Amino acid sequence: MKNYYQPEIETASYEEIRRIQNEKIVKQVKHVYDNVPYYRNLMQQKGLTPDDIKSVDDIKKLPFLSKDDLREAYPFGLLGTDLKNIVRIQSTSGTTGKRVVAFYTQHDVDLWEECCARAIVAAGGTNEDVCQVAYGYGLFTGGAGLNGGSHKVGCMTLPMSSGNTDRQIQFMMDLGATILCCTPSYAAYIGESLAEQGYKPEDNKLKAGIFGAEPWTEEMRQGIEKSLGIKAYDIYGLTETSGPGVAFECEEQKGMHINEDHFYAEIIDPETGEVLPEGSKGELVFTSLDKEGFPLLRYRTKDICILSREKCSCGRTHVRMTKPLGRSDDMMIIRGVNVFPSQIETVLLKEGYPPNYQIVVDRVNNSDTFDIYVECPAELFSDKVSEMQTLEKNLNTAMRSMLGIGPKIHLVAPKTIERSEGKAVRVIDKRKLH
Amino acid sequence: MAITQLSAFLENTPGTLCETISAITAAGINIRALSVADTKDFGILRIIVSDIEKTKAAVSNDTVVKETPVIAVRMNDKAGALNSVLSVLRQAQINVEYVYAFTGAVAGNAYVVMRVDDIEHAEQTLAQNGIKTLSDSDIEDYLN
Repeated sequence: MKNYYQPEIETASYEEIRRIQNEKIVKQVKHVYDNVPYYRNLMQQKGLTPDDIKSVDDIKKLPFLSKDDLREAYPFGLLGTDLKNIVRIQSTSGTTGKRVVAFYTQHDVDLWEECCARAIVAAGGTNEDVCQVAYGYGLFTGGAGLNGGSHKVGCMTLPMSSGNTDRQIQFMMDLGATILCCTPSYAAYIGESLAEQGYKPEDNKLKAGIFGAEPWTEEMRQGIEKSLGIKAYDIYGLTETSGPGVAFECEEQKGMHINEDHFYAEIIDPETGEVLPEGSKGELVFTSLDKEGFPLLRYRTKDICILSREKCSCGRTHVRMTKPLGRSDDMMIIRGVNVFPSQIETVLLKEGYPPNYQIVVDRVNNSDTFDIYVECPAELFSDKVSEMQTLEKNLNTAMRSMLGIGPKIHLVAPKTIERSEGKAVRVIDKRKLH
Repeated sequence: MAITQLSAFLENTPGTLCETISAITAAGINIRALSVADTKDFGILRIIVSDIEKTKAAVSNDTVVKETPVIAVRMNDKAGALNSVLSVLRQAQINVEYVYAFTGAVAGNAYVVMRVDDIEHAEQTLAQNGIKTLSDSDIEDYLN
């Protein structure tokens, strides 16, 4: 028996998957039309009724949803059922405007956790494994998703959450963790810390790692695999679609299988919105086929990638997506947190700074550095060093509360932020992730 | 009476201080006293000059400049002189935020510039203890 959690669906024929999708989309569009006035309105603007959607081939007629829609409809506008049926929310960090709050019924939680369970089993997980979940717990989907998936598989789950690396290592070694789930940069950091404490890769019992929530390169994968003595699997998801587990890697490590029985994927031209044929590079769009609480149809992820239906030797038939190859907007993922330059601008204006700034992101020792250079306005300038340092500290605090992560603030003299062609270069990302 | 200090925000990069000082020098302004406080990213230049308005006009428009009242005291250039000034302030619970000192053109004289949290109180206290604080015009007279 190969490593499948739900073999009948994971290895179903293309025709069978299509049949399931067609059946689900008809019901889902009707569900959304009846329960989500916001989306019904968008459909009506295009002259559409649920009767126009007879199969997944008709999905391309449906209107898109974007982060702007989520902002406009915040908090309950895209809710797909009565609040009494909702058992959970998860959320992204960020401002109210940019923050995504996703709602889950028990059915949605189970569906999501099953997707994560598929990822864990694909990485070799069974009920004999000890699964250390070092993603953040709480509003972030990483901890909750993998924790639930690990329960479903029957692993002994270590709900570590992120941080406190010494404790992570102690539990890992004392309890014999065999699977590690966290962000790739944290995995790399744990690997370094183990080495610093004198452990060799063969000293731990880990066999696999499931790493996601931030971009990482093939080189990083090789580094993590070497330092921890494991096979490292990628996992993809976003709060809007439920969380990690929307797609996951199998042992082939050649793209992530999208759980097509729950999520219908399209690749579009980000400029025109036109659906592109298989193998084209474009923006990934997801339609949730059976979520109840937060049933987003044609949600534009802004992630640029390629889909492939090429046969996979693992036996799974679900379409594979490449790692995101870039973004069609200006969002950055820093230490696993989504950051938009506009959020930084909002904080600066609120704190009395001009919107002249530069963000520098780099990756040093596998960990993201996040620096913001800000022009110091004359009104805030002080002859006292302590006051200037207080300014930097206060700005750091304000950024942290807006973004969820704290940048290092550097005050610079006015008009010194580099400008090219009269326009400031806002973001310098030195990480070379794509 | 307090004197006026100019402070300027300088980036902690090679040549920035020189650029600012050159501009002041080119305008024929004499810098009476100077100190630079530095952090990793930036420095704060603090100067006492012969002509405040001319100095402000001389430095680049893009340089952030601020006027701050500070206390200046003339002392005998001998051991213990600064200590006696600071002791008086300490007894009155006045916090000295930063200080820089220099010797004057006239042999035997030294000057100390202090930024304190309560200028008025500091001046009164110093005066009560027979220590005179200098005014902007004193600075010109003493240091020319």
